[in-house]
Amino acid sequence: MKVDILIIGAGPAGMAAALAAAPSGARIALLDDNPAVGGQIWRDGPQAHLPPQVHEQRRRLAAQSTIQLLTASRVIAQAGPKQLLVEDAACARVIEYDKLILCTGARELLLPFPGWTLPGVTGAGGLQALIKGGLPVAGERLVIAGSGPLLLASAATAQANGARVLQIAEQASWAAVAGFAAQLPRWPHKLLQALGLWHPGYRASSHVIAALGDSHLQAVRLSINGQVKEVPCERLACGFGLIANTQLGQALGCRIEHNSIAVDNWQASSQVDIYAAGECTGFGGSEKALVEGAIAGHAAVGDLAAARHLWPQRQRWQGFARALQHSFALGEPVKQLATPDTLICRCEDIALADLREHGGWTPAKLASRCGMGACQGRICGAATQVLFGWQPPAPRPPFSPARIDTLLQLGQPE
Amino acid sequence: MPELLLDGQPLKVDEGTTVAAALLLGGDGSSRTSVSGQRRAPFCGMGVCQECRVSTDGQRRLACQTLCRDGMRVESRP
Ligand SMILES: Cc1cc2nc3c(=O)[nH]c(=O)nc-3n(C[C@H](O)[C@H](O)[C@H](O)COP(=O)(O)OP(=O)(O)OC[C@H]3O[C@@H](n4cnc5c(N)ncnc54)[C@H](O)[C@@H]3O)c2cc1C
Ligand code: FES
Repeated sequence: MKVDILIIGAGPAGMAAALAAAPSGARIALLDDNPAVGGQIWRDGPQAHLPPQVHEQRRRLAAQSTIQLLTASRVIAQAGPKQLLVEDAACARVIEYDKLILCTGARELLLPFPGWTLPGVTGAGGLQALIKGGLPVAGERLVIAGSGPLLLASAATAQANGARVLQIAEQASWAAVAGFAAQLPRWPHKLLQALGLWHPGYRASSHVIAALGDSHLQAVRLSINGQVKEVPCERLACGFGLIANTQLGQALGCRIEHNSIAVDNWQASSQVDIYAAGECTGFGGSEKALVEGAIAGHAAVGDLAAARHLWPQRQRWQGFARALQHSFALGEPVKQLATPDTLICRCEDIALADLREHGGWTPAKLASRCGMGACQGRICGAATQVLFGWQPPAPRPPFSPARIDTLLQLGQPE
Repeated sequence: MPELLLDGQPLKVDEGTTVAAALLLGGDGSSRTSVSGQRRAPFCGMGVCQECRVSTDGQRRLACQTLCRDGMRVESRP
């Protein structure tokens, strides 16, 4: 399969990129590993309520005969220059492109604490995603902990689906949260969003200490502004902010700066013909993703005037991104939640005590198999970077677990 | 409404339901047994952690990124 523009990730950034590039007549493929387009924020499902704007975007995407949607598809490896090997449920294929736009978004930072492997414990944005996909939470008692505005968004989704949100523990201080809130009037739409999400159980300078239970979560031990408190509940949703999905960009040789894919004014990466937009260039919400995606789409088809026209808008939302990143910086306490027997690598069940002594990612991996499991170090690699400052290694193919017959396509002439 | 078999038990779910949600709709929510024998459940909800991997119709799949289909067989136990 051959296209002019291949876009990886069909969240707000990828959708905007495709729609911006489409009028040029270019052949476009928009690929995502989820069953439907929308990315994190506009994830569809039986319990999702998408804003009308999203239905409109989807209609426009479907109406463009030059845009091919490849959902439930993941990138497995680079197959050659300007070629990616891609797998879906049924088959594998090599896609050849002229320009590549990476819109791979962000994932949650999930930090280890005692009991974090118990069923009943999920990410915060993770719980929101699971609920949208139909996870029943009606009548469940829920505690939310971690950091960032996603905690409030997750609480709102859970509550709208019948869960009882008992407490929201934000690790940042009241001063930091108030400082962030004080800046929100610069983005009135965000201020209104925040007011709508406000919850009486929200506490700053607070964090999880442990998830308690034998085979399933039964209670959560929290530190609420220095006071230890146990809260019986069925569910704990815990996320410590977002980290950019840079793996694919890094594997393709794009320069990474501040844990994000580095881009110039045209959203072009350090590699020729590879662009990046949205959360993978630094997290900052859907508005930033939309405008960056559109700039990348215009630039990739050479419509520089249209791209430049959007620069002021991008600058405005990048300001919001900076305020967000600054206000919810992680404090020391949440980096020290794991105890010696807390599992750090959830794939290979390796505890903190068996890891720390190795002093670096590579020796730890060689000695313990940490990071060699199915998630390929995405969870434990991000955690050990925050906990010990270990630099995760460059990703190697296959970028996600793949079928043998898919891998056999590597090296075979088309 | 798709009807699937979850660990041998029939289960009807709404259209668009993920296999991750079905695990709790028709069972205790857990998806796999870890190398040290602990039961685990979907965790990140977005295709990263791989905790939700189950067998669907004999193929290993991420439950959080797979939609329930009529006649699908899902196994959460090895
Ligand atoms: C769990 C979660 C929940 C969130 N909820 C909210 C919310 O409620 N409100 C809010 O304002 N913001 C939310 N955010 C922040 C959100 O990321 C942004 O607002 C917005 O969705 C960013 O758009 P994007 O297009 O840059 O990336 P995303 O929306 O993250 O889209 C990236 C897409 O690319 C796919 N992808 C990544 N790598 C690959 C690959 N190698 N192969 C195939 N597909 C790939 C991903 O699965 C995803 O669908 C959430 C973030 C997360 C992680
Ligand atoms: S729940 Fe993490 S990959 Fe599915």
